[in-house]
Amino acid sequence: MDILNALVAFLNFVFIPAAAYGAQLALGALGVTLIYGILRFSNFAHGDTMAFGTAITILTTWGMQSLGISLGPLPTALLALPVGIAATALLVLGTDRAVYRFYRVQKAAPIIFVMASVGVMFVMNGLTRLVIGVDEQRFDDGARFIIAVRDFREWSGLAEGLALRSTQALTVVVTAIVCAALFWFLNRTKAGKAMRAYSDNEDLALLSGIDPERVVRLTWIIAAALMTIAGVLYGLDKSFRPFNYFQILLPIFAAAIVGGLGSPVGAIAGGFLVAFSEVAVTYPWVKVAGYLFPGWEPGGLLQLLGTEYKFAVSFVILIVVLLFRPTGLFRGKSV
Amino acid sequence: MIQSQPQTTQPFLSAQAMRGGYGKADILHGCTLTVDQGQIAVIVGPNGAGKSTAMKAVFGMLPLREGRVTLGGQDITALSPQERVRKGMGFVPQTHNIFPTMTVEENLEMGAYIRDDDVRQTLAQVYDLFPAVAEKRRQAAGELSGGQRQQVAVGRALMTRPQLLMLDEPTAGVSPIVMDELFDRIIEVARTGISILMVEQNARQALEIADIGYVLVQGANRYTDTGEALLADPEVRRTFLGG
Amino acid sequence: MSSNRQAAASSPWRAPILFAVLAILFVLEGTVRNGLFSGSWNTALAILNMGLISAITALGVNMQWGYAGLFNTGVVGFLAIGGLAPVLVSLPPVEGAWAAGGPRLIGSLLVGLGTLALAKIVYTRTRRAWAVALVLIAGFVAYRWLFDPAVSAIEANDSARTGNIGGLGLPVLLSWLVGGAFAAAAAWAVGKVALGLRSDYLAIATLGIGEIIVAVLRNEDWLARGVKNVASIPRPVPYEIDLQQNPAFVDFAGRWGLGVAEASGIWVKLCYLSLFLVVLLAIILLAQLALKSPWGRMMRAIRDNEVAAEAMGKDVTARHLQIFVLGSAVIGIAGAMMITLDGLMAPNGYNPLRYTFLIWVMVIVGGSGNNWGSVLGAILIWFLWIKVEVWGPNLIGVLVGPLPDGDIKAHLLGSAPHMRFIAMGLVLLLVLRFAPRGLVPEK
Repeated sequence: MDILNALVAFLNFVFIPAAAYGAQLALGALGVTLIYGILRFSNFAHGDTMAFGTAITILTTWGMQSLGISLGPLPTALLALPVGIAATALLVLGTDRAVYRFYRVQKAAPIIFVMASVGVMFVMNGLTRLVIGVDEQRFDDGARFIIAVRDFREWSGLAEGLALRSTQALTVVVTAIVCAALFWFLNRTKAGKAMRAYSDNEDLALLSGIDPERVVRLTWIIAAALMTIAGVLYGLDKSFRPFNYFQILLPIFAAAIVGGLGSPVGAIAGGFLVAFSEVAVTYPWVKVAGYLFPGWEPGGLLQLLGTEYKFAVSFVILIVVLLFRPTGLFRGKSV
Repeated sequence: MIQSQPQTTQPFLSAQAMRGGYGKADILHGCTLTVDQGQIAVIVGPNGAGKSTAMKAVFGMLPLREGRVTLGGQDITALSPQERVRKGMGFVPQTHNIFPTMTVEENLEMGAYIRDDDVRQTLAQVYDLFPAVAEKRRQAAGELSGGQRQQVAVGRALMTRPQLLMLDEPTAGVSPIVMDELFDRIIEVARTGISILMVEQNARQALEIADIGYVLVQGANRYTDTGEALLADPEVRRTFLGG
Repeated sequence: MSSNRQAAASSPWRAPILFAVLAILFVLEGTVRNGLFSGSWNTALAILNMGLISAITALGVNMQWGYAGLFNTGVVGFLAIGGLAPVLVSLPPVEGAWAAGGPRLIGSLLVGLGTLALAKIVYTRTRRAWAVALVLIAGFVAYRWLFDPAVSAIEANDSARTGNIGGLGLPVLLSWLVGGAFAAAAAWAVGKVALGLRSDYLAIATLGIGEIIVAVLRNEDWLARGVKNVASIPRPVPYEIDLQQNPAFVDFAGRWGLGVAEASGIWVKLCYLSLFLVVLLAIILLAQLALKSPWGRMMRAIRDNEVAAEAMGKDVTARHLQIFVLGSAVIGIAGAMMITLDGLMAPNGYNPLRYTFLIWVMVIVGGSGNNWGSVLGAILIWFLWIKVEVWGPNLIGVLVGPLPDGDIKAHLLGSAPHMRFIAMGLVLLLVLRFAPRGLVPEK
């Protein structure tokens, strides 16, 4: 029984939250890695673009709610998502036209692109503040739980409860669908293969007649979709605060680098690795230990690191990867 | 259209008196290259003679100050490399000439990117030509050996069904056995009626298969003759072929 | 376009004229009272003082970017760790804190550092991952065993008023140097790992260390009371209240025709101003001397062509580490000065947009690679950053004046403060694109 209780506590407090968070990071890291693969710079505006896409989606959600439109048990935000994606796509395409294309023609150093992305980050941050403000917003509706703690306890007879929030399940399912669609696109369609070819060898792609501007546009549109979906899922799961979207940049970068910048599979693996490490390191294991080793009084929370330091986990992972395998686990672009 | 012009006076590719370079200083000083249909033309010469630059000029990767390039009688001097690909030129760069993380088959598909028709027949022809890479069609091209990578690179350029195939040092960094194998394949390609223009470091072996050879020195033609005649010329042997 | 820029760059009058314009702006701020300016010297000097601190920060960033092309996105963290120095150096010791857990705390920190060093030695000697992991786990357990009780004891000590380890009671000016040393140490650790790899990696790693340093300041109550803040950090200059009670000063203020409250505020700010100017000029002097030395020439050679410099046998990564540490030290000094000026350590104020990326706007606008440009850019952008907060709503107020009162008008008025983020982003993008060499280009 105690082993089951320990397992349930582990699932409830570590596995499920980390899986949902990992899925969100994976989507974010996929966007970063795609932009890196095609445009060859680390996009510092990524978090704030996610926030922008989410803000538009929230506004659309509110509009739909006031019109009485809903998706039943699913959050209305899913219905509003295409609007958010479209708005974000238009915005990033406009940004590319106004900002990045110039440097692409100039063949500017990657660090100049990074710096330009910082300018874009400022603008996006201001735009998000402008449309929705800086306060916390909750926009999840529909069913809150798939498995509620009380129901689980009654059903299983265990002391420990298990909760599965619908947003958590939704996050994982949506991420799986998005990843499958993305990989189908990259590996099976001509346009997707052209993107990979461009990422692999830009000059040869040009010689093969691949239009670079078309590849870049396509990349931004896909990245906009990934960013908005990641941002909305993160917001549904944890509530929306623009500043959190800036802070999530670090774990997203860590995930993309751990996996190997430019490698989509790596980005997904990296997202889950970072998320599971973060949750495992900041979770107080005393409860699980109590079930496993009855009679042991550890005299502490058995928490390796306070939750305030969750970003330190991403950072340490990042440092370890940079020290020992700078190309990442899945061999991204060379250093 | 090609047939309407007498072959003897109008070679398939003709690059006349090319002058140009990357910056202010010219690298090419009146370089002329011609290739007839189905011929193998080889450019040799010492380091820094402008061999690769001449190739790039023919392919439109270098702005020309003077001179003109015609293909099948049509003036293509002003066209971009991409447009030249559509006109029937294929180019295999010396390095970075494959998509390393993509499979062999995907590399070939990308070669045929500009084609909208069915490419399966061409794919089969390329696999016939290079049976070794056909076996590895599902493998990432970057994982192949050097010689096989060159075969993929040549195969990729053949996918557009070019009339002129340009190879920039195709045997750089491969073993002598692989080199012979590659040259055999190139002869085979030429037999199908495709003209070949290539730059080679291994001058002696390359001239052996050349219908026409160009010895370039300081961006200009020093000797132009059949491969056989160049190999026989004591002056060429002494200066450029090491005795 | 480019020839224009070239011509303008060669004009020796460009920088003096721009500085004169800046001076006029401050004089207007001090004297004219209307919708644009406050007409208060106290306000003008307050902006200028913070502008000077921003200028020193920008100098540090400019060393890293302008001399070496290193993109540091953790400026906020280096400012924050520098700001820790006044707290630890100048505050009076907290009674009982040291006895409660001081030695044990120091011991735990030494164990922590020792573990890392030992892990490094074990790794280089054996190259065995499990051995390193064993060292790290054992070291971590030992560290926590020492650290946790010490922290609880210190934080329990008079937690309402202090609960921190306290300071050394040394002069606050000394802490400015210590702040530089703190930031240098943090920079060394990050640079050691992230330099020599792809250029974006340093940007990402510094972003991380920046957030972590701020998180440490927020959460480690034993260190600087965390979000409970440390107030009343000693000043290197007189207090207004003392001046107001000093008959000689009251007399002095009267002769200038100023109210004594206003005069004391101005006097204190002028004292800070002179201190900051001394530091700023000293740093510029040293930086200019260094730039003209063989070392500086080598740095610029490396920046302009890393490959060639490497081929000539220069250890590019080691030089980069040097300049990264030096630049961060300057940022740390600025951080310590800022806390001294505020007299308050409030970790929640360390916002990366304001303390990292705004500094970047300053450096780029001023002219990367040029020290005077950084100073000009810093003071100008800081002035605008403060004033736009006033001007934006005023402007929008004028624009929406004719509209009837209602939600839209309220929303537009309320959104005005956010405009300055957009404005700063646009300024950065426009300068980067149309005048990449900035207002005062590098010679």
